[in-house]
Amino acid sequence: MHRSETTLTVNGKPHTLHLDHRRVLLDLLREDLGLTGAKKGCDHGQCGACTALVDGRRVNTCLLLAVTLDGREVTTVEGLTDGGETPHPLQRAFLDRDAFQCGYCTPGQICSAVGALAEAAAGHPSHVTDPAAPSGRPVPLDAAEIRERLSGNLCRCGAYPHIVEAVEDVS
Amino acid sequence: MKPFAYVRAGTVEEATGALAAHPGARCLGGGTNLVDLMKLGVERPDVLVDVTRLPLDTVEELPDGSLRVGATVRNSDLAAHPLVRDRYPALSQALLAGASGQLRNAATTGGNLLQRTRCPYFQDLSKPCNKREPGSGCGAREGTHRDHAVLGHSAHCVATHPSDMSVALAALGARVELLGDDGAREIPADRFHRLPGDHPERDTEIRPGELITGVLLPAATASLPSAYRKARDRASYAFALASVAAVLGTADDGTVTHVGLAFGALAHKPWRAERAEAALRGAPATADAFAHAVGLELEAARPLRDNGYKVPLARNLAVDVLTRLARTARTQEDR
Repeated sequence: MHRSETTLTVNGKPHTLHLDHRRVLLDLLREDLGLTGAKKGCDHGQCGACTALVDGRRVNTCLLLAVTLDGREVTTVEGLTDGGETPHPLQRAFLDRDAFQCGYCTPGQICSAVGALAEAAAGHPSHVTDPAAPSGRPVPLDAAEIRERLSGNLCRCGAYPHIVEAVEDVS
Repeated sequence: MKPFAYVRAGTVEEATGALAAHPGARCLGGGTNLVDLMKLGVERPDVLVDVTRLPLDTVEELPDGSLRVGATVRNSDLAAHPLVRDRYPALSQALLAGASGQLRNAATTGGNLLQRTRCPYFQDLSKPCNKREPGSGCGAREGTHRDHAVLGHSAHCVATHPSDMSVALAALGARVELLGDDGAREIPADRFHRLPGDHPERDTEIRPGELITGVLLPAATASLPSAYRKARDRASYAFALASVAAVLGTADDGTVTHVGLAFGALAHKPWRAERAEAALRGAPATADAFAHAVGLELEAARPLRDNGYKVPLARNLAVDVLTRLARTARTQEDR
């Protein structure tokens, strides 16, 4: 009564699990599947370190009950590399720009940036987008847009200037 | 977290059936607030009814020109919807002023309406809180209350409602659609949330077993300029200290023909400024008239020890937003 069978795909691989309803996606990834890229920072949806993609959209995995994800596709920072060989352009840019110090927030920053770039390409506005900008067209991302769109990812080392540059390189 | 049963509802009837069968059930949308409160032990449901697969995830235009937003439309999708951006900019702006990209991707329209206060005493089981535990007292009234209410609070509760979206819905004259055992009904968005009175544990007028099915945005405000402005402690990703949503229509002679004005973060509910609206109808759409009307509205403010700053902040935001809208309205007429 407090567990259900759930099938979800993680980085292209299907998993069928008998899940405690209380299991959040973050704990499933880290403790059940050994994918420790997504980090547990605040565990309350405030820091963004746990960010991953579900059906291509960025979400806080610490607030997402895994049982709700039946049939969904999850992509973590480990799944962004092309077969584990070639880094994703954003991963490359974070290295090139030295966009981290301790690295704890980095997987969340990168997954969040992947999601943010897709949202901007799909025409999603942000708080700093001119309200008069035409609907449905890709939104160009300058530094102000990137800062606003990544505001859900905290970096306590304060690597923000290089993070913004890294994302700007790929946008 | 307390163990709970999980029901994935595929149809609206399944959802309302599950809610009727389990009085201790809660609807699960994006879970961005509910799951957090369950981790904290503030919410302890026996059953979660997952409503995210219900066929309520569309925005549709109705024959009368109004817009129907399904309850499970995600906040990010609603903010980006071309019809919402074109016709109800205040709603799009309010959504984009709230939370983060990740949270907006998960959060639903219905869940946004039902989110709970972020009062720290409400979220901390070691503190008294009449909203969480009726009769236990209010820690905020004499404690840390810089973010708390200045309007409509009671001896029992000084919490504010945290939603940005709901403030825009109140100003725009939206209606909330509900479905329960007794059938469907609608509540004006500005009356959906309650003032605390003697029962701060009740945030809204929703009845036990009722499901939010959608929100109706009226045709009447679709062609009018509207805007949302929010003041917060940092530039992004913070709850409001005060916010304003407004919609304004003016005649050729510059008098106000339609005005909707609502404040966020000042009260236990989005505060529809009915007194200011009444003073403005037929008045000239000028900064002086706006300042006078907003001043009348805020005469009702009763700040606590440490949140008196909210009154001039809200006044300045409201006058600024209305003045800008008047300018927009004039520009539109000139075209």
